[in-house]
Amino acid sequence: MEKDFEKIFQDKIDQEIKIEPRDWMPEKYRQTLIRQISQHAHSEIVGMLPEGNWITRAPNLRRKAILLAKVQDEAGHGLYLYSAAETLGISRDEMYEQLHSGKAKYSSIFNYPTLTWADIGAIGWLVDGAAIMNQVPLCRTSFGPYARAMVRICKEESFHQRQGFEILLTLSKGTEAQKRMAQDAIDRWWWPSIMMFGPTDDESPNTLQSMQWKIKRFTNDELRQKFIDVCAEQIKVLGLVIPDKDLKWNESTGHYDFGKINWDEFWQVVQGNGPCNKQRLETRKKAWEEGAWVREAANAYAEKRKQRQTVTAA
Amino acid sequence: MSNTEWSLWEVFIRSKQGLDHKHVGSLHAADAQMAIENARDVYTRRMEGVSIWVVESKNIHASNPTEAGALYDPANDKAYRHPTFYHLPDELKHM
Repeated sequence: MEKDFEKIFQDKIDQEIKIEPRDWMPEKYRQTLIRQISQHAHSEIVGMLPEGNWITRAPNLRRKAILLAKVQDEAGHGLYLYSAAETLGISRDEMYEQLHSGKAKYSSIFNYPTLTWADIGAIGWLVDGAAIMNQVPLCRTSFGPYARAMVRICKEESFHQRQGFEILLTLSKGTEAQKRMAQDAIDRWWWPSIMMFGPTDDESPNTLQSMQWKIKRFTNDELRQKFIDVCAEQIKVLGLVIPDKDLKWNESTGHYDFGKINWDEFWQVVQGNGPCNKQRLETRKKAWEEGAWVREAANAYAEKRKQRQTVTAA
Repeated sequence: MSNTEWSLWEVFIRSKQGLDHKHVGSLHAADAQMAIENARDVYTRRMEGVSIWVVESKNIHASNPTEAGALYDPANDKAYRHPTFYHLPDELKHM
């Protein structure tokens, strides 16, 4: 019986029919999606922290308004994704609990610090650029609510990357010190950004199943290569350099070759030893705990309003 | 007047797997089960749907149209939320 269900399920996937919350699905599919979508949601939420760091110090009002709008978007994206995960039977509080206890992960990129204003540019161009590369194919992922959330997110995301590139472009046309600041930010964010696509395909045991279920449409290495190819061209507009001496156009493959990625660093950060892991999680937990009175007050107010309405009705 | 009028239900239809449920109209029914069956007969006679949601109309809370001006005002002056706000060189591709 279970086997029949699995066959029907896979047939639907193969025919590009979306899976909706009330359809039968293998338990492993449900669990994989809960893990992936909640991790994605957590990344949006924690991702507000490194950028939020610069809101009060943005160089002018225009930049400040833009950065505020961007961070606000990230919060919204987190909420779309949490709701998509909730359709799979996990509650919002359970997901928060998993984030705060360290059981659930978020994208390691947010465990790096934002040291200068140019980092806000580099995050927009590289971090959001990598995220977009990853997210565009997710608009066609097999689970309906996730795909629909991604469509909204991708639409909103495109200004994020452009504002980042604009920051870097402005700095690259500025003084020597401004140019150096832009280059320094790219030097620090480049490698962590290309690690965002995750381990290489032969080190990524879940990829095969996720591809078969069409949760993923491209492998980590395919997306990483695409991203590198695009950035290697875009950097020319900035007149700056990508910090990889092995980055070179390869006529025979039609792609850029690139240098060795420091996977030790990647795993160190995943395991909690990045520069800001502790700080990010503590900030997040503090926000949750210190917001408790707001949640309680809202509930108390709703209760009071309900009673008032009952009295008026009677 | 009798107080046995069936309650009003709002009907939402998903036309195809992968698309949102869309509001299509309303109908009267004595309970949720009947509302779904009636919705099938009223709104999906030509295979318009693969899934039906019904919600009792009294459970829908709506914003007030007369307050629309003030409600949406915060979005009016934020052109920078749109990608076209940023002028970047034409030679920049894939962004």
